[in-house]
Amino acid sequence: MKIKKLLTGAALVAVGLTTLVACGDETPNSTPTTAVTFAAGSTMDKLNKAQKIRVGTKFDQPGFGLAGLDGKPAGFDVEIAKIIAAELGIPADKIEWTETPSRIREEVLETDKVDIVVATYTINDARKERIDFAGPYYVAGQQIMTKKSDDSITGPDSFQDGTKKVCSVTGSTPAKNIEKYLKDVATQLVLFDVYTKCVDALKQGTVDAVTTDNVILTGFVATNPNDLKLVGTRFTDEPYGIGVKKGDTAFRDFVNDVLEKIAKDGRYAKAWTDTAGKFDPVVPEAPAVNRY
Amino acid sequence: MAAPVELPTPAKATRKRATVRPATSVLYDAPGPRTKRILWVSSAAAAALLLVLGWYLVIRPLDEQGQFSEQLWGPIIDPDNASFTPLWQLIGRGTVATLKAAAIAVVTSLICGLALAMLRIQLKHLTTQRFSHLPQPVATGARGLTWLLNGVTRVCVELLRGMPVLVTIFFVARGLRQAGLHWPEMWFLVIGLTLYNMVVIAEIVRSGIEGLPRGQREAAASIGLSPAQTTRLVLLPQAVRVMLPAVISQLVVVLKDTSLGVLIGYHDLLWWTKTAVLNLNNPIQMYIVVGLIFLVVNYALSRLATWTQRHL
Amino acid sequence: MGLLIDRFELFRDGFLLTLQLCVVAGLIALLLGTIAATLRVSPLPPLRAVGTAYVTLFRNVPLTVVMFFVVFGLPALGSQARFLAIPGLDILFPRLTIDLPYFRLTALALAVYTGAFVCEGLRSGINAVPAGQAEAARALGLSFVQNLRHVVLPQAFRASVVPIGSVIVAMIKNSALAGFFGLVGDLMQTADVLTSQEGQPLIPVFIGISIGYLVMTIPLGITLDRVEKGRK
Repeated sequence: MKIKKLLTGAALVAVGLTTLVACGDETPNSTPTTAVTFAAGSTMDKLNKAQKIRVGTKFDQPGFGLAGLDGKPAGFDVEIAKIIAAELGIPADKIEWTETPSRIREEVLETDKVDIVVATYTINDARKERIDFAGPYYVAGQQIMTKKSDDSITGPDSFQDGTKKVCSVTGSTPAKNIEKYLKDVATQLVLFDVYTKCVDALKQGTVDAVTTDNVILTGFVATNPNDLKLVGTRFTDEPYGIGVKKGDTAFRDFVNDVLEKIAKDGRYAKAWTDTAGKFDPVVPEAPAVNRY
Repeated sequence: MAAPVELPTPAKATRKRATVRPATSVLYDAPGPRTKRILWVSSAAAAALLLVLGWYLVIRPLDEQGQFSEQLWGPIIDPDNASFTPLWQLIGRGTVATLKAAAIAVVTSLICGLALAMLRIQLKHLTTQRFSHLPQPVATGARGLTWLLNGVTRVCVELLRGMPVLVTIFFVARGLRQAGLHWPEMWFLVIGLTLYNMVVIAEIVRSGIEGLPRGQREAAASIGLSPAQTTRLVLLPQAVRVMLPAVISQLVVVLKDTSLGVLIGYHDLLWWTKTAVLNLNNPIQMYIVVGLIFLVVNYALSRLATWTQRHL
Repeated sequence: MGLLIDRFELFRDGFLLTLQLCVVAGLIALLLGTIAATLRVSPLPPLRAVGTAYVTLFRNVPLTVVMFFVVFGLPALGSQARFLAIPGLDILFPRLTIDLPYFRLTALALAVYTGAFVCEGLRSGINAVPAGQAEAARALGLSFVQNLRHVVLPQAFRASVVPIGSVIVAMIKNSALAGFFGLVGDLMQTADVLTSQEGQPLIPVFIGISIGYLVMTIPLGITLDRVEKGRK
């Protein structure tokens, strides 16, 4: 059944692509988008017909999803979402952005508040029970950030003695992971709803460290070069995926196809260098997608 | 027979309000010249001490951290700064969003609060009726039903009043979203605020009306007005003057509580402030501005309240 | 509904933490409110100005902004509210003396905010005392401080029980915000984590934390109603 769906989808996409080559551009918007057609009834078709896609992303992570003064987010995740929208035939200005902090990423998909979530979203089995993942499109790793003047913390093991305090964000994988290394969670762990509060707490000295994925930390270190630094090496693997509603296999396959495509045609590299590349110029190797 | 002695009336008693004078006006004697001098000196000393404390505890540490720098305050006060216009547009957007939500919440709370108060008064009145003009079983049923309805509304009111308004807003937003209703966040905020404040306003109205002398209701009944007409024509107008201060202070509370919208994702002033802080890295300065905005708006509202109370 | 039984410790711990927060904040608020009320009726204009400024400020600024300033601004000034970490009290309030300052800071924020309302409640109580009492005290030769301490304030406290009581009930409800400012594990934060991060069904969680808050607010509310009826 699944293979049949896949083949039908692929065939229709192929037909759609040949028709667009024959028929040319039809949309009257400034961004030239090619007219694509999808299997009737599929999510891609619905989104394409509605000419609107709702994307959940982070609004407070430099390099991946950061809202500017006009309220519109920018970053690597944002660029990936824009590419997917373009592949759906939707221009970038028709994307509706919603802020999805870590703890509500599953909820917004379950309640159909957004269509996809591209928000430094680590793939793990617990989340797979509630939603589905396309990708991964990037592999980060958990790491620790401290004040530049502090040399006492060298890695997660520094928390074993119970004197150091660490901050993370409610609902994130790093928060769960770091609990294993703490002697007493109640006196050592602080959770906020957004990372910027953690960074503020670190700068004030009320906590000794902030832990989350290294790319997020790199963004904060880059904006506070005199106060903060990264310590140690990454001690976990955090594959970032794109969240879609559970059970929507056709859509997931479509997104995976797009990811594979852009890894080869250079759009992935361009998305990186335009955004997170400012903090980390090394363009990462696009990981193989996992079609589970 | 000697004429009754006219006691000299103190200056304060010639004020129009003929009620009992509060104790605060007479806690200390009117100061003589020596006391005035002492007061002046100690006032100056106290003022100087406060200023020194303020400088030492607050301004100096902030200055040491560079919180008074041009870079942090520039976007807020310097029109030539590149971020000045976008920032103030952002603040404007946020303030409008907050005021919009607050205005709608105020109107809905008032309407629902009044309706709830009327309902509760009617129900309470009905429970005293014996329905003797109806056949026996129906009468018992009607009495039981009114008693049940009265109890249920009482329980609902106590529940909604006892819960934090944040919890109400939170679960309204989550619950309605799970039920599939994807309205903009503002409506979840307004619904949550209305649910909480209508109960409070209903209680204020109810206690205002029930606090009126019983003679009013009896007199209205004796000239043939129905209970509904009594409430509308006789009791409400009198009760309004008594309850107006409490109602208006509750409306100020509504305005302050709209700031909770940021915790469910509503793009109000506090949410936009977070965005600004992310880009400009000046949290303390931005929140001082936000605090001042709230202070000014709420203070103006309270003054409006006292003014209307005096002129109604 | 099995959730309430399975994760009962979570709800119980959240309730206890909220209760501890409210007790600490309430005591400090009563103290601050009394000081502010004394300032507002004192003969020295600068002291009156300070009292009025304190009350006007915290009655008009939302608790969210106040919490932000205390939780993030106070550490910027160099304080982590360690003056509240009185050694003996950690039997009753375990989080008071730990290194993480968030319990102390949120309690302080809540107390400072509520203190303004306590002051207003006290002032309405003082105003309810008839002027004749203070006049008689003055006629007897009592000074300002003696007047307040022996004659006016004792009567004022009795009259202000009801307004201050309702302020305390409001404070218990306002404590729900503490969970968003670093206090891990209080009732509201527990609900947030359970429903969004873990995806638990809404109704049991809602019932769980409602019971937690109502157990604190409803008995107080009923007692206040009785007191109010009693004195009429």
